[in-house]
Amino acid sequence: MEAGGFALISVALLVSAIAVVRGRNLVHAVLWLGMTLLSTAALYAMLDASFVAGVQVLLYVGGVVTLMIFGVMITLHGDGKPPEIYVARDGAAAATALALFSAIAWAIEATPGLDASSAPAAVSIADVGRVILRDQLLAFETISMLLLAAIIGAIVVARRKDPGTRTSPSAALEAAARAAE
Amino acid sequence: MSLSSCLLLSAALFSVGVYGLLARRHLVAILLSIELMANAANVAFVAFGRFHGGTLGQTFTVFAIALTVAEVAVGLALAMLLFRRHGDTALAVATETKG
Repeated sequence: MEAGGFALISVALLVSAIAVVRGRNLVHAVLWLGMTLLSTAALYAMLDASFVAGVQVLLYVGGVVTLMIFGVMITLHGDGKPPEIYVARDGAAAATALALFSAIAWAIEATPGLDASSAPAAVSIADVGRVILRDQLLAFETISMLLLAAIIGAIVVARRKDPGTRTSPSAALEAAARAAE
Repeated sequence: MSLSSCLLLSAALFSVGVYGLLARRHLVAILLSIELMANAANVAFVAFGRFHGGTLGQTFTVFAIALTVAEVAVGLALAMLLFRRHGDTALAVATETKG
């Protein structure tokens, strides 16, 4: 039962991942990415990581996929059709990916004692919460600073710079002062 | 289901992401491939945490997911900027490094 579930999730993961990188329609690729991320959440649930599975669905499937759809909409061409994302350098890319996979697979097979671990201890959500909010509190707070910096950076980068129409705060104040005189 | 089978699955997902990263030419599609690679790394983290005991695997995955969301926000802002500047998001149009 467990092996069958794992095989099913593996097939779903790999098929949807290949559809993400091979599809010709960008919107479809984003939706396939959502499928990949949902299958990963199922895999996390099978690995007794229910908290991570929940975070995965909320942040990745709910947040990232929605953001990506926005990104596709923003970068639409004038005709309103989703852009064609052609695949280039196909052979070289496939060869590189295959070589990388064989190297990692060889390393996994060559590592002794991977599967000979002790009986796994059950990890409860309370344990995870204690680690995040007590032992790793500094990292947790740093992440919040990083998110803030990323949001501000994204706004600064994406801001519409239109020097002809935009007035700076000081210029607006001067204009108001002139109008008052 | 063993640790090595989970790691093999993670390696396969990562390789698919590498393929997409190298083969695609559209910035948003490249971002999708990067998402795949980050997701594969998270699978490895959770698998190690599950089979070798300990909460740090799951903790690190939560942090990694938050990092990825930040990365997507900045990446999409760059895609918007590129599109506004050149009317296209194929990476071939981005040849200058000056803002």
